[in-house]
Amino acid sequence: MQARLAASDLACRRGERLLFRALSFEAISGSAIHIAGANGIGKSSLIRILAGLLRPFAGTVESDGAMGLVDERLALDQNLSLGKALAFYEKLDGCRDPGRAFDLLQLGPLMDVPVRYLSTGQKKRAALARLLNGNCPIWLLDEPLNGLDAQAVASVETLVAQHCDTGGIAVVASHQAMALPDVRTIDLAEYAA
Amino acid sequence: MSALATLLRRDLGLLLPGGRGGAGVLPLLFFLAVAMLYPFAVGPDAQLLARTGGGVIWVAALLAAILPLEKLVSGDLEAGVFDQLALRGVAEEWAMLSRLFAHWLAFAPLLLVATLPAAALLGLSGETTRTVLLGLLAGTPGLAAVGLAVAALTASLRGGAALAGLMVIPLAVPILIFGAGTLARPDPSGLLLTAAISLGLCALAPLAAGAAIKAARES
Repeated sequence: MQARLAASDLACRRGERLLFRALSFEAISGSAIHIAGANGIGKSSLIRILAGLLRPFAGTVESDGAMGLVDERLALDQNLSLGKALAFYEKLDGCRDPGRAFDLLQLGPLMDVPVRYLSTGQKKRAALARLLNGNCPIWLLDEPLNGLDAQAVASVETLVAQHCDTGGIAVVASHQAMALPDVRTIDLAEYAA
Repeated sequence: MSALATLLRRDLGLLLPGGRGGAGVLPLLFFLAVAMLYPFAVGPDAQLLARTGGGVIWVAALLAAILPLEKLVSGDLEAGVFDQLALRGVAEEWAMLSRLFAHWLAFAPLLLVATLPAAALLGLSGETTRTVLLGLLAGTPGLAAVGLAVAALTASLRGGAALAGLMVIPLAVPILIFGAGTLARPDPSGLLLTAAISLGLCALAPLAAGAAIKAARES
C-alpha cells in the first residue's frame, strides 16, 4: 500500500471560537499519528477536516489514497441485523471476504442481532470491522477505544499496528493512551489559538 | 454505477411500505381518510361531490405526500451515513437522486391505486377519475422532489418535520394549480405543464438536497 496524508498550516474555527491553528504534519506509508488533547480541543474536528467532511478555516489537506473513517456515528441501519447492515458497505466497498474482520473482532455470534440491540463496545467493533473490510490505506479513527473492554482494546491496537506494518497510515484521535509502535503524538494543546 | 444500484436497493428497503424506516402505508390511509371525511363534511349532494371531488383528491394527495418526510433524510444524516458515503466517493447528489426515486416509488403508486376507491367514495365519473389519475401520475414526482429538498433542508433542525410540512405547501402550489387545473379544462395542456414542472423539480431537487446535506455538516 502506498499512501500519503499531509496537512499544512491548518486552522479550525467552530462558531466564534478558533480551536487550533498553524497545524502541519505529513504522514507517509506506515506511520501512525496519535492526536491527543483534552475534550473540546478540536480532535474530532481535525479528523473531519482530514476526511474532507469539514472545511478548514485556513490551510490545506493533501491526501493520496482512500480514507476510512470510524467516529462516534455508526452509520448502520438500526433495524437491520448486523450482518445485513454491514453487507451494504461490503457491497459498496467491493469486499469479497468480510469474514476475516468479523473473526478478528469477534463479531461472528452477533451477525443476526439487530444493530439497535448492540452495546456501545459492540457497535464500535462493528464500525472497525467495516473499516477493515473497506481496505483503505488511510485510517481516520476518532476515539476508537470508547466503550471497548481490555481485550478489545488490545485487538484494536494490534489491528492498527498491522495496518501500519503493511504500509497504511493511521491517524488516531483519542484522549486515552494507545500502545502503538513508532507513534508520533500531536498534542493539540500546543496549537491552541 | 453499481454503487448507485446498491444505494437504491438500500433506499427501497428503507422506504417501501413494509420497509424498516419509512412511513409505511400511513400516507395511503391518511389519503383515504380525507376522501372519506369530505362527503361527511359537505353533505350527500352527489352533484357537488362530483364537481369538487377531483380537487379534494389533489389536496389529500399533497398532504399525504408530506407524511413520509420526517424520516426521509434526517435519520441518515444523524447516523452519519452520508459521511461514510462521501468518503467512498458517493456524492450527496447521487445519494439524493436515489432517495428521490425510492421516495416516489414508496408513496405514489399506492396513492394512484387508492385514488380509485377515493373516486368511488366521492362519486366521480369515469372520465374525471382518469383525468385525476393522469394528473397525479404527472404531478407526484414533483411533489416527491419538493418533499425531498425540503426534508434535506430541515433535516438538521430541531422540530424540522413540522417545518418541512409547512414549507412544502407553498412550493407545491404550482403543481396543484396545473394538476388540479386539468380537471377544469378538457385539453391536455395542464397535464403537460404539470409534467414539465415535475421534471424540472426532479432535476433540481437532488442538487438542492445534496447542497443542504453538505451545509448541514458545517453547522
